[in-house]
Amino acid sequence: MISVEQYLALSAVMFVIGVVGVLVRRNAIIVFMSIELMLNSVNLTLVAFSAYLGDVTGQMLVFFVMTVAAAEAAVGLAIIIALYRIRQTVNIDDINILKW
Amino acid sequence: MDLYAIIFYLFAVITLGSATIVVFSKNVVYSAFALLFALFGVAGLYVLLMADFLAITQLLVYVGGILVLVLFGVMLTTKVFDVQMKTKTIQMVPAVAILGLLSGTIVGVFWSTDWYISENPIDVAKTAPQIGNMLLTTYLLPFEIASVVLLVALIGAAMIARRERKG
Repeated sequence: MISVEQYLALSAVMFVIGVVGVLVRRNAIIVFMSIELMLNSVNLTLVAFSAYLGDVTGQMLVFFVMTVAAAEAAVGLAIIIALYRIRQTVNIDDINILKW
Repeated sequence: MDLYAIIFYLFAVITLGSATIVVFSKNVVYSAFALLFALFGVAGLYVLLMADFLAITQLLVYVGGILVLVLFGVMLTTKVFDVQMKTKTIQMVPAVAILGLLSGTIVGVFWSTDWYISENPIDVAKTAPQIGNMLLTTYLLPFEIASVVLLVALIGAAMIARRERKG
């Protein structure tokens, strides 16, 4: 039988892969996908706890995380597309219009 | 090793392998398709954790919705027939250092903590009714707020992404 620690370790490694993606990559869309990975790993933690606690409330929380993730995906990609239109690039280092 | 463990490790390898490809692939389209398999692996793990309804929702929302959105983003922001698709070389050394340090810390904390584990597991046949009941009783206000959030995000995304009209 798989223990809860194994699920937690799996989601921890997945989360850190997402963190590395955000820190190392400079393509806005890849950064965006890494954020999705991090959200998913946290969801996995919640579901694992929910299963080993015998309580459905954890799954409830995952639904709200998914809602916010969907909203974030729509708005985030809209921002990326709008930025691409004015700058012709999705490289984060080149996008500095908020700097002065 | 029983069947449950074998399936767990299978999905774990699929998820982590795809997640690695998402982050380290030089081609954005490869990343997007690897994200599909990562999300699919997480859905499989949900099934193993007796969250059947959630697994279906994961497939519908993430694989069906967000991933298609990401692919549209890739299409609209990269010239598909160009070499532009390739992104710059990745700094492997700091990446591996961050990966080892951070994951070591988090996994160490998770392993050393003595988690409380309940005796009575979740009844699979009752997760969807239970979730439905909770949504309309205890979590009614967050549920309504979530619907407003989605509406605002929809309108906002359409407004941000549309082309500016002169005059």
